[in-house]
Amino acid sequence: MRDILNAKLGRRSVLGAGLAGASMLAMPSVLRAQDKSLKVGVYGGFFKDSFDKNIFPDFTKATGIAIESVAEPTGEAWLVQLEQAAKAGAAPADISMMSQVAMLKGQSTNLWAPLDLGKIPNSKNLIERFVNKYPDGKVAGIGAVSWYITLVTNTQVYKEAPTSWAALWDKANADKLGLLALVSNSFLLEVTAKTFMGGTKALDTEEGIVKALEKLSEVKPNVRLWYRDEAQFEQALKSGEIPMGQYYHDVTGLAASQGSPVRSTFPKEGGIQDSGCWALSRASKKTEEAHTFINYMCQPAIQATLSRKVGTSPTVKRDLLDLTAEEFASVSSDIDPIIPRYDLYQTKSDFLNQKWTEMIAG
Amino acid sequence: MRREPPQRLAHYGPLFFPAGMLTVFFVVPFATMIAVSFFQRQQGGFYTPAFVFDNYARFLSLFFGKVLGFSLFLAVAVAVACVVIGIPFTYLLSRSARKIQIVWLVALLSILSLSEVMIGFAWSTLFSRTAGITNLFVWLGLMAQAQALTPSFGAVMTAMTYQAFPYTVLVLYPALVRLDPTLTEAARTLGASPVKAFLTVVVPALRNTILATLIMVFIFALGSYLLPQLLGRPQHWTLSVLITDQAIYQSNMPFAAAMAVFLVLVSLALVGLALYAGQQRQAK
Repeated sequence: MRDILNAKLGRRSVLGAGLAGASMLAMPSVLRAQDKSLKVGVYGGFFKDSFDKNIFPDFTKATGIAIESVAEPTGEAWLVQLEQAAKAGAAPADISMMSQVAMLKGQSTNLWAPLDLGKIPNSKNLIERFVNKYPDGKVAGIGAVSWYITLVTNTQVYKEAPTSWAALWDKANADKLGLLALVSNSFLLEVTAKTFMGGTKALDTEEGIVKALEKLSEVKPNVRLWYRDEAQFEQALKSGEIPMGQYYHDVTGLAASQGSPVRSTFPKEGGIQDSGCWALSRASKKTEEAHTFINYMCQPAIQATLSRKVGTSPTVKRDLLDLTAEEFASVSSDIDPIIPRYDLYQTKSDFLNQKWTEMIAG
Repeated sequence: MRREPPQRLAHYGPLFFPAGMLTVFFVVPFATMIAVSFFQRQQGGFYTPAFVFDNYARFLSLFFGKVLGFSLFLAVAVAVACVVIGIPFTYLLSRSARKIQIVWLVALLSILSLSEVMIGFAWSTLFSRTAGITNLFVWLGLMAQAQALTPSFGAVMTAMTYQAFPYTVLVLYPALVRLDPTLTEAARTLGASPVKAFLTVVVPALRNTILATLIMVFIFALGSYLLPQLLGRPQHWTLSVLITDQAIYQSNMPFAAAMAVFLVLVSLALVGLALYAGQQRQAK
């Protein structure tokens, strides 16, 4: 999943967040609810800090609902905690920001309370694909924010920005790349399919997946680091130690604006667009407040604030936003994005994981 | 003072607390893990209680066999490296002045306060092309061009040995301090060189301590999952790395548990074998 947006979030703080989450599980009653309050889970670190500072206070002012933000650990740990808690009838957070794969996994156990779009009129602002639905059409989650993973380079080592994902395969880049280590967060199969196989539909069959993996294994000699820890790659990218790779567009932009010699490029095949959904735990008793919250977050003005302050890409339609062309370009691109094949990470996750691990470690 | 065997339940009192802690923090979690390792994995979901061998069956493949083999090899290599460096070091330390001993021991103990993350990042910087030690070699004229020493097997080995070294010294130190100096003196009087006296008298006298140290470092190194990730290439990832992947990223608890159980069993078997071999040799 996504170790979201914060370069400084080390394994320790993830563990810390996990512990915090676990201890909330243990004593939910300590957090005595006020008349109107809502516990919202967001990724710990930069993300939570930004929301606490830029979004939640205004929401409380506008609606009178107090927000208690909970730092979510990354990976699927939070999903597991929510699931265990829901079995016991508890909700460590009413609403959580969840990755798409976690949304699908939660659907399989009906973890997400169906949302009533009638109470979320602003959901009509959303780009269609950001409404996450159960197979029977009930709404499981609503797009919160989206972000891009793009091709990043160190500007001192690469004077010219690369233009295509094919640069990863270029023999000239031997031992120079940093790529995400997991099949389910690097989305490199989709990149391979879009770049060389005419689109992600090529991954529909297992033969297609195996072919994409074969093509992708040609990248291996170029890869210096398969990273799980974002801070490690970010630091190496800034220093030029590992001058090229895939990374988050927003954090790279932030680093560049602070003077680091890095750049993020949308390749002509498109950046990888990943996103997080707001989802309501079925154990939550704050259904009304949750709908109010999600409705508030779907306003174009709030999405624009998120783009400006947090650096995320909006989930509402472009023409509703008052972002300038420059502001929009700093968080997104008009190039058609590569949308990950989330369905595969649910239906074929073990197959993919096995083949992937054998490919990179074999 | 005569020691009497405990007569009443209350006499066992002092044992209750450690036994309770051991049960709560080791026996129960471990039993849970064994139970989960037989559960049915729900792909794209979580798991359901069951009694299936699928998770173990998946593990029994050439790929995981190789990973397990590498993990064991790495742990053994780190243990041997620690002992080979640790014995002469601790021997010399135990023969040096009290003040010097204290300084060294404090320095070594302070390594224990560093987290694995910090050790990993520090070594990855030291081994980097842009800021690493090779720049120093270039400056000294030993090398023509700075180069990256990580990711590599050597980098993983170095960092793991560094991390385990304080424990090695702490285990060896008491035994070496208590070692009767007259033993080596006798060897020297009989004409042995210092190196020969060390190898033929000190090392054999410490056989049990050395075995204990090897086992301790082996087990310590077997659990390492951060350093191989930070400093190694994917082929240097240990089984612990793959267990973490399954547990945290794939939410495949049954498979992660099965791998962990397997790892524990294999390491217990190896430790048992080492102890058995040690006893056999002593019996001769």
